[in-house]
Amino acid sequence: MNLLDLPKGKSAKVIDYRGGRNVDCKLRQLGISPGRMVKVLRYAPLGGPLMLDVEGRSVALGRGIAARVQVEVSQ
Amino acid sequence: MRIALIGQPNCGKSTLFNQVAGYKAETGNFSGTTVTFTESKVRVLGDVINVVDLPGTYSLAGTNPAEREVIKYLTSNAVDVVINVLDASHLSYGLAMTVELLELDVPIVVALNMMDEADRLGIRVDVEKLKEFIGAPVIPMIASKGRGIQPLFVTAYHVGQEKKLPIQPSYSADLERYLKSLMHDLKGISSHLNKREVAIKLLEGDQEILADVLQQKPDVEQNLETYRKSLKVDRGQSPEWVINSERIGLADKLAKQVIQQGKRKVTFRDKLDDILLHPVFGYVFLVLILFGFFQLVYSIGGVLEDPLMGLFGKVEVWVLSLFANDKGLIPEIAVALVQGVSGGVAIVLPYLVPFLLGLGLLEDVGYLPRVAFLMDALMHKLGLHGKSIVPFILGFGCNVPAIMSTRILEDKRERFISAALSTMVPCAARLAVVFGLVAYYLGPVLALGIYLFDLFVIALTAKLLSKFVPDESPGLILEMPVYRIPTFRTVASKAWWRIREFIVEAWPLLIVGSVVLSVLNYLNVSVYLNALARPLSWLLGLPNQVGVPLIFGVLRKELSLVMLGQALGSMDFDMVLTPVQMITYAVFVVFYVPCLATMLVIKKELGTKMMWQIVVLTILVATLAGLAARGFAMIIF
Repeated sequence: MNLLDLPKGKSAKVIDYRGGRNVDCKLRQLGISPGRMVKVLRYAPLGGPLMLDVEGRSVALGRGIAARVQVEVSQ
Repeated sequence: MRIALIGQPNCGKSTLFNQVAGYKAETGNFSGTTVTFTESKVRVLGDVINVVDLPGTYSLAGTNPAEREVIKYLTSNAVDVVINVLDASHLSYGLAMTVELLELDVPIVVALNMMDEADRLGIRVDVEKLKEFIGAPVIPMIASKGRGIQPLFVTAYHVGQEKKLPIQPSYSADLERYLKSLMHDLKGISSHLNKREVAIKLLEGDQEILADVLQQKPDVEQNLETYRKSLKVDRGQSPEWVINSERIGLADKLAKQVIQQGKRKVTFRDKLDDILLHPVFGYVFLVLILFGFFQLVYSIGGVLEDPLMGLFGKVEVWVLSLFANDKGLIPEIAVALVQGVSGGVAIVLPYLVPFLLGLGLLEDVGYLPRVAFLMDALMHKLGLHGKSIVPFILGFGCNVPAIMSTRILEDKRERFISAALSTMVPCAARLAVVFGLVAYYLGPVLALGIYLFDLFVIALTAKLLSKFVPDESPGLILEMPVYRIPTFRTVASKAWWRIREFIVEAWPLLIVGSVVLSVLNYLNVSVYLNALARPLSWLLGLPNQVGVPLIFGVLRKELSLVMLGQALGSMDFDMVLTPVQMITYAVFVVFYVPCLATMLVIKKELGTKMMWQIVVLTILVATLAGLAARGFAMIIF
């Protein structure tokens, strides 16, 4: 599943993403890398970005990018 | 001695710099780039040293110009010691860049900032252990409260004198094997980076370093390709990804070993986003906050502008009296000089100063990224991104800070479109024209109509521009920093920087422009100027004489009303203009060419080419909007 499928308030583990070199690099810098736990904090209305909690830090992602981030809900 | 400050965005690096830097600090560019740094002299242990504030970067990967310049600068001989500012409350992120710094093999001191924030989050950092791991001093501090700054600089001073180097990070055995082989191949290569770092960068696929190496030793390429390929086969991922994961892995490991997670205190600040980013109330607060901000700045500006203008009016009369009111070139120039000075002091600065203070405040509190979050969806409908909303809002006061604020946008396209559009936002000076002409003679409803029409035209232009200059950026990726209470010193010095740029760079040209126009006026070229503008004034159905006020209006937009009166020979505009002409003129003035001060700021921020593009674009938009307004006005009158 990708980040957009993740219900609000639920945690998941990042598995992989492919968004091109610059996007990948930026995501990595903000701590979103394979193995890290992320949680969707909120969605902006009208198809706006979503806000993630990445181990204590808040990061906003546009939905186009979020759709490319594969995650897995941990048991 | 020179100390460089480096750290990720939102780590408090600028706060630290502002705590130690005097107001004499200088900004500069890395040669040939737009990447800026700030430098100040600081007294440490009786010695005067230079402290350089480098641009905040998330990593040193070299994916953008800022990162490239930072690496080059750090490894040049210019820097004696690097202070790496870390946010103690988010240690593992910051440490990922520390690992990169350690690779560079330069003397380093770690400033463990925001210890209070870490404490609030229940994070305990074992400073001694961290010191041991990286082989460099670690100084806990709270920059915003001025705590720990003295010991930090004293320690950095000593490290810089001793040139004490930290411990090099080591990676997994397989990666180290490749690095070793590559370093062997690199024998005899000279670079500003150490050999191990050259090897790392080559494996990562850094094109600039590769070109440099190949020039010295072309046969490296073959082995390098073999290593990169087999690393990819071994790990199933691209080499750059592998190296980055190694760094992050190392940073995580370090952080785990030195951090003790205690109980987190939940405070009001944690709940703030629930209100301020609420799908409904978030927008209510957005409007209230921006309206309050705008209202405050606007009223401060208004209170200051009137007496200042009055004062300069008196100075003008006094200057004229010095020349016994005779009408020569010299008094003309003298008055122009006064007007050039007053344009800066009385019109721009009263709005610019409170605007920049307010902007700095919103920025440092952490609200601006939230505005971007809330507005992203709406701005996308115009082909823009959430962050572009900021220049628009600022533009209502004065276009100069609006253009400056486009700096928060990383993408050049985004900056160009936002800058172009924000020059069409009616600033305070153009408000004077709309009110003085339309509201006064034709009623406030039509003036409001012009404002709404303006917003409509901006939206339309945005839509068209984003069609012509397609969006390449994939979408929003933005850190939402924790809400903080900013220090007055940081906000004030940030505002001072921006004001100083205006004073030093745009203002002198404003004065020169004022003088040039006065000479033209003296030479009585108004006939030619009117003739020059005739195609336009004819097209818009305006009197022949509007050429002069429109051309002089470029200097200061509110001049275009005063001078219109002079050109037409009457300040009772309803006697000399039809309602249709008033509306057409006001609409044209709102859109055409930004004022000289704004143009100069565009030139500085975006370059001469984009400045002219914006000038041409606005003339085009102004003409079309003027025609539309004319047609509409003809129907209702």
